[in-house]
Amino acid sequence: MNYLNESIDSLHKKLAAKEITSKELTDQTLNDMKDKEKDISAFITVNDNAVKDAEKVDQAGINGPLSGIPIAIKDNIVSNGIKTTAASKILYNFMPVYSATVLEKLEAAGAINIGKTNMDEFAMGSSTETSFFGDTHNPWDFEKVPGGSSGGSAAAVASGEVVAALGTDTGGSIRQPAAFNGIFGIKPTYGRVSRWGVIAFASSLDQVGVMSKRVEDSATVLSIIAGHDEHDSTSSEKEVPDYRANLNKDMTGVRIAVPKEFWHEGTNPEIIKQINAAIDTYKEMGATVDEVSLPALKHAVEVYYVLASSEASSNLQRYDGVRYGFRAKDVKNIKDLFVNSRSEGFGDEIKRRIMLGTFALSAGAYDAYFKKAAQVRTLFIEEMGKVLEDHDLIMGPSTTSTAFKIGDKIDDPLAMYMNDILTIPANLAGLPAASVPTGLADGMPVGLQIIAKPFNEQAIFNAAYALQEQNKFYEQIPTALKGED
Amino acid sequence: MISKDEILHVAELANLKLKNDEVDDFVSQLGRIVDMESNLASVNTDGVEPTYNMGDTNTTFREDKGIRTQTREQMFENVPESEDNLIKVPTIVDKEDDE
Repeated sequence: MNYLNESIDSLHKKLAAKEITSKELTDQTLNDMKDKEKDISAFITVNDNAVKDAEKVDQAGINGPLSGIPIAIKDNIVSNGIKTTAASKILYNFMPVYSATVLEKLEAAGAINIGKTNMDEFAMGSSTETSFFGDTHNPWDFEKVPGGSSGGSAAAVASGEVVAALGTDTGGSIRQPAAFNGIFGIKPTYGRVSRWGVIAFASSLDQVGVMSKRVEDSATVLSIIAGHDEHDSTSSEKEVPDYRANLNKDMTGVRIAVPKEFWHEGTNPEIIKQINAAIDTYKEMGATVDEVSLPALKHAVEVYYVLASSEASSNLQRYDGVRYGFRAKDVKNIKDLFVNSRSEGFGDEIKRRIMLGTFALSAGAYDAYFKKAAQVRTLFIEEMGKVLEDHDLIMGPSTTSTAFKIGDKIDDPLAMYMNDILTIPANLAGLPAASVPTGLADGMPVGLQIIAKPFNEQAIFNAAYALQEQNKFYEQIPTALKGED
Repeated sequence: MISKDEILHVAELANLKLKNDEVDDFVSQLGRIVDMESNLASVNTDGVEPTYNMGDTNTTFREDKGIRTQTREQMFENVPESEDNLIKVPTIVDKEDDE
């Protein structure tokens, strides 16, 4: 099965009408993946039991919209009995004995976990190049990165290996790869989706979200995975709307804010052109657009790298080689076991982040870095909140550049961090945000970022859907895939 | 800037060991990143409360009843080395320490 021209609706219709069984669909998906994976390498692990899982769904009968449909899962979301590595050597052999709540919910809805997608190690990175398991290639140009950290999920969707995938987003890890691959990707409000069973990176920023070619497919999946979970006390008890049923592309009277700081001087002018055109489209559809200012934005990267690294250094203390994962050989004592397992098991980027975080939390640096960043975060939340008092949406580019060449930035961490400047704000403020394709710049996809008020994912889906129905970007076939046929 | 000694101290705190040829790279890379982060000093945060946690609820409650989680056998499935149903680790009190 090639999903380039399919949607959850079109697949559900075929399954419900028994034109195809879930087993056949899953078989065909695996066959198509075998072909495409030679060029893309989007997956770390393919689910060997996927066909059996599909047979069970066939026997139980197709009921809900996701029933019988294969979905890809980012490899930092634990899956019972299927290896889960977070793309790290330190978890190279980790076999979870339970599944994350999001995966349980998908499986309860009849979705088939087709496999675990590649990512930056522990979701730290913007190119999927820090993975212990090798690079993933962008289906628009195999020599380019798919973005990151959810690069495998994005490439799997964009290349039509699957119709939708789960990703996670701590500083842009869903939106940036969505933009780089010409697909839709949404990071929900902090607390909208349970983080239980999601390998922790920065707990005050991490959130699970969805990626798909079509906006309505992410709406369907998000309604299924969202909601309160007693295993995650930060998950909200607010009711989950049926985003798909409520989709409304009427933009009349929608108030859009465009922060001038998002029109960053370093941004590719071709991207600016695309984004300006998209915003004009919204005006033509009846929305009002105001320029606003978010002065604290210029400190977003600084705040983020202090806080995310500090939380990471704490969260990653658990990897010590004792209870699971990689254990160093030839050690004399327990201290050596900890130090050698960590030093041999973590990649360079993870070490850098742990070191940065440990430094920011250490005596003497705590007030100037960790506490200071947490205070600037408060200013930031207030600024964004104020803009959203008078506006329904904030819009701007998702990224400052289109996908770059594999190897171009990996040796310059600071340049890599600057990639996140436009996506970090939504994480710091806990706001829902998405990237929706607008068109191409220099032959590579461009994404418009849409940010909304807390728990107003519906406003994002509606606006993204309105643009999608205008530009029909999902009809475009990624360039490098065309060369293959 | 951040000095080589500071880097080595932080590595020690983080239970990480850097190879000799890695240390200089870490010093220069982390130095540049920390310099970038130091721009935060220019923001006036007098009287501003820090934000350490997110989420729209303070505390959620559930009924106080036992829930079934993993079994001991399941928990042991990922243990690299075990003996007699216990996790095996190397010496904790080093003999050399006594010498």
